[in-house]
Amino acid sequence: MRAFTQHQGIVAPMDRSNVDTDMIIPKQFLKSIKRTGFGPNLFDELRYLDEGKPDQDCSNRPVNPDFVLNQDRYKSASVLLARRNFGCGSSREHAPWALDDFGFRVIIAPSFADIFYNNCFKNGLLPIVLDEEIVDKLFQETEANEGYELTVDLEAQTVTTPSGESYSFDVDNFRRHCLLNGLDDIGVTLEDADAIRAYEDARRQTAPWLFNAGN
Amino acid sequence: MAGKTLYDKLWDDHLVKQRDDGSALIYIDRQLLHEVTSPQAFEGLRLANRKPWRIDANIATPDHNVPTTDRDKGIDGIVDPVSRTQVETLDKNCDEFGILEFKIKDQRQGIVHVIGPEQGATLPGMSIVCGDSHTSTHGAFGCLAHGIGTSEVEHVLATQCLVQKKMKNMLVKVNGKLGAGVTGKDVVLAIIGKIGTAGGTGYAIEFGGEAIRGLSMEGRMTICNMAIEGGARVGMVAVDDITIDYVKGRPFSPKGETWDKAVEYWRTLHSDDDAVFDKVVELDGSAIKPQVSWGTSPEMVTGVDGSVPDPAKEEDPIKREGIVRALKYMGLRPNQKITDIQLDRVFIGSCTNSRIEDLREAAAVVKGRKVAASLKQAMVVPGSGLVKAQAEQEGLDKIFIEAGLEWRDPGCSMCLAMNADKLGQGEHCASTSNRNFEGRQGFGGRTHLVSPAMAAAAAVSGHFVDVRELLN
Ligand code: SF4
Repeated sequence: MRAFTQHQGIVAPMDRSNVDTDMIIPKQFLKSIKRTGFGPNLFDELRYLDEGKPDQDCSNRPVNPDFVLNQDRYKSASVLLARRNFGCGSSREHAPWALDDFGFRVIIAPSFADIFYNNCFKNGLLPIVLDEEIVDKLFQETEANEGYELTVDLEAQTVTTPSGESYSFDVDNFRRHCLLNGLDDIGVTLEDADAIRAYEDARRQTAPWLFNAGN
Repeated sequence: MAGKTLYDKLWDDHLVKQRDDGSALIYIDRQLLHEVTSPQAFEGLRLANRKPWRIDANIATPDHNVPTTDRDKGIDGIVDPVSRTQVETLDKNCDEFGILEFKIKDQRQGIVHVIGPEQGATLPGMSIVCGDSHTSTHGAFGCLAHGIGTSEVEHVLATQCLVQKKMKNMLVKVNGKLGAGVTGKDVVLAIIGKIGTAGGTGYAIEFGGEAIRGLSMEGRMTICNMAIEGGARVGMVAVDDITIDYVKGRPFSPKGETWDKAVEYWRTLHSDDDAVFDKVVELDGSAIKPQVSWGTSPEMVTGVDGSVPDPAKEEDPIKREGIVRALKYMGLRPNQKITDIQLDRVFIGSCTNSRIEDLREAAAVVKGRKVAASLKQAMVVPGSGLVKAQAEQEGLDKIFIEAGLEWRDPGCSMCLAMNADKLGQGEHCASTSNRNFEGRQGFGGRTHLVSPAMAAAAAVSGHFVDVRELLN
């Protein structure tokens, strides 16, 4: 996995709450058997005026001029500023894949849906929870200043504004460690292969029906 | 020391290793696989030169992309080449790794969350995962069951474990008895309406109380299925006689002495009387009315006798904005009566409500009636090939067909419209599925979440009606 240590980038404001995974990447694009190529279809139904199809060249589609990512000032954004309960809905990892493929590295919101939050870490994307008042303030500053950038430091667990204001955020140790070092967590788990086998052996005795493959 | 909650017990029984950093390795007894979230996981295994840890812990079936007509054509019946590739890829991966799969033409094929319990592949006390957020369904059996992303599907394939942090405990207690015509679906919609779509975030929810105890396994599965719509990855119901009777005699259930031993253990799968929950929410079950969602989030729901809200009366600015946006998308007016919403289509199906009991409830309402002429379509999609066969044996198919509903082959169908079944732009649908997000059932489609009985009542009326009026 790609490591994440520090990142500085343009902020795009996604000003609506409960953004669900169907909105992030509509289902027709889940038919792909690949992990890449979802960027042009990120927020497809909000971004374009027509109905998107898989494997289509998006450069000629009619775009919705009101949608935030279609505005020139946000086109190269890599930090997404969002509202409550971002990423609710399905477990599809295509949602973080699409955000990543578009170029996002950080998502900041007052709260995230659990599965989505977890999926981000597996893909080198950093979801950051900040208080609603701070998020509100960042929305105002982003909208007021073209080219507004934030600096995120995972080691120090801080988000810093252009004027030097700094906010700290929480992240659990294991996730932080994997992300900082770009670790493959399957490899980390397999270091405990003996413990897994010991658990299985004990469980086979106490609950043999769990190891019965059925008919 | 305080007693343990059901979740605490399940957690402790699956703990392989507690790590110093607060994370834990949790053992997974069963993984269910389907075509949408598994291809990249198998690819990852291959790229890293890894083998599945325990092949017999996995069961697969295609469900999201399968057509609901012409099942006898098998894979050739999938017109969309991209969908076909995905189903073929699942077949290829399962064949290569030796994983049991109920393929498209197998009568045991169906929606993953329907076939697990149906086969007895979902047993009380198991830890169960699937690359699908509605895996919470299996919690109805006193299981620790939750949805995971594709990276975790790969992780479980390779290690039989997940890296987890323990969640907090929440009890949702539904007191009293449910009224006639009020189902598990109405209960769970009422719960989400109360706690909100993020109300359960970070919690494992246990559903308890007299109303839950009184429900069949089907009703409990419907409730746990939608725990995720309340923000909780895990929803559970304690094991009792209803659970054990349901599991008995199924193909994967234990037999003989092992059965007795299993039952003895399963009887311990409930929260202790003195267990402490981090959060408790109580509802009066006898006051719950048939529910209808009016907006684009499952928390945007009200009783069938209610009205669409007026954003002007909402004080929270973020919520107000959400209501305005939802009403615009849904094409509804503030204060419009729910029973005045005219419908274009009706969909009865999905992992929330496509089991035999759901179909019986819908059939009881449409029996001897006709689908309203104003509807473009009303369809019934059973959850599995076996549910379909059972329904046909009971003659439910004939009741539906005579009333003018379409009787289809099993799959996810219009729940997320990855196959050919979808809504047209601006169309209103009474749907027994679980999500009413923008575009969920088709580009520009407008979804109203309801119970099977309410969907059936809407089908014969052309608009929402209180199903209790038709049952009298
Ligand atoms: S029926 Fe709907 S919610 Fe259930 S697994 Fe299929 S797509 Fe997901």
